Amino acid sequence: MAQWLLEMRDEFIKCFITKDRWKYIVGGLGNTLKIALVAVLMGIVIGSVVAVIRATHDKTIERMRPGVGKVLLQIGDFICRVYLTVIRGTPVMIQIMIMFFVIFSNARDGVPVAMLTFGINSGAYVAEIIRGGIMSVDPGQTEAGRSLGFGYVATMFYIVIPQALKSVLPALANEFIVLIKETAVACYVAVNDLTKGGEIIRSQTYSQAMPLFIVAAIYLLLVVFFSWLVGKLERRLRSSDH
Amino acid sequence: MPVLEVKNIRKHFGGKTPVLQGVDFSLDRGETVAIIGSSGSGKTTLLRCLNFLTTPDAGQISVNGETLFDAAAPDTQREREIRKKRLHFGLVFQNFNLFPQYTALQNVMLASELLAKERPDYRQNKKQILAGLRTHAETLLQQVGLGEKMELYPHQLSGGQQQRVAIARALALSPDILCFDEPTSALDPELTGEVLRVIRGLREQRMTMIVVTHEMAFARDVADRVIFMDGGVIVEQGPARQVIERPQCERTRQFLSSYTSI
Repeated sequence: MAQWLLEMRDEFIKCFITKDRWKYIVGGLGNTLKIALVAVLMGIVIGSVVAVIRATHDKTIERMRPGVGKVLLQIGDFICRVYLTVIRGTPVMIQIMIMFFVIFSNARDGVPVAMLTFGINSGAYVAEIIRGGIMSVDPGQTEAGRSLGFGYVATMFYIVIPQALKSVLPALANEFIVLIKETAVACYVAVNDLTKGGEIIRSQTYSQAMPLFIVAAIYLLLVVFFSWLVGKLERRLRSSDH
Repeated sequence: MPVLEVKNIRKHFGGKTPVLQGVDFSLDRGETVAIIGSSGSGKTTLLRCLNFLTTPDAGQISVNGETLFDAAAPDTQREREIRKKRLHFGLVFQNFNLFPQYTALQNVMLASELLAKERPDYRQNKKQILAGLRTHAETLLQQVGLGEKMELYPHQLSGGQQQRVAIARALALSPDILCFDEPTSALDPELTGEVLRVIRGLREQRMTMIVVTHEMAFARDVADRVIFMDGGVIVEQGPARQVIERPQCERTRQFLSSYTSI
């Protein structure tokens, strides 16, 4: 037993202390968090736009009079549906390879490409979350806005979307947590994220178990920590309900 | 000249029986009209038509002699213009529909703030304009007796207080006509008084109002005129006391007797 512990200690020192190899892990962790955070924010923006178009289409298309607006809305809705189908219907692994090796094949730094890829990917999932939120806002709110002379966009922007976001905030936070794990595939296109950090250490030290388990543990800690935060947030939101 | 003229408004939803089967009425400046009638008689739909939340199938609506809506003229139905036309009317909803994410004061100010942003001099005089709007909103909230509650959120207010904020909000853009859609139906009996008092106060200021209500005593005492609707048409209308105390039509009598017999 003591022997094993000593071995573990030496292994740990070799993997993380020697030549300051822990820097790979810390740097990678920073990138992982950066990618997940930017991606989820990008996802919320893309998702909100798609959700508004889809919700507007579903709620009003039947009552709309024929005209340019109706045609534009139908085209917009069609584009959004294609986006949702393609993004949700293909593996994110393939998406990031296409982005990195085809579309941005000249990119030197993979981090922005990964942010963009996961942002676009997350947008598709966030869109459906927010659309649910928008559909769940009391129609009386829209009517109140319109009776005060707000246009459709102002009603959405000042009244409906803030309420929709509040009700889907926990779901969005969960999306962020899922993204933290999902960004691990970015290491396949040479992005220096947490997973890649572990991989560099493995290739330098030929140790497999120690770097992998440590990386896994860090992901786990992150997820547990953020899940706890989401739980707190959910309780706060519930207590301020009206 | 009447402030509001409504001619032959018709509306039906889907293939079902029509909700409004040709409603005509007019309203003079400073007049308060109460619309009574059983559920499903078309009172609420009529108010929604006036506020352009529902588009009538047929008929005309004019305010101050200007035709706001004509079912036969599609160019009166453009969204951009309808937005402006809505400002002739203020609407107070049965379940208040205050915006939960804003304080009472913000609820009252929001619409005029957005409108002010469209003014060409908004950027230069932003501070003065906003200060002016704020003072106006504060005055309105004081007028409905909520001067102390301006910074509270709707969920911190009682139903009666929420409805009073909603009235202040509807007044913020100085509409020509203020419409109430059963303003006390969602309230405890204890809380209806404070809302009705505010409406009474507005009547003393000669605000032009249409009140859809189930409060017969209130209709009798506060309204100048009462309109009784049934089956999507106006069955009877006349001076408030006369309609409620000595109804001429059989149907009106039937409806009112259900109130007194309780």
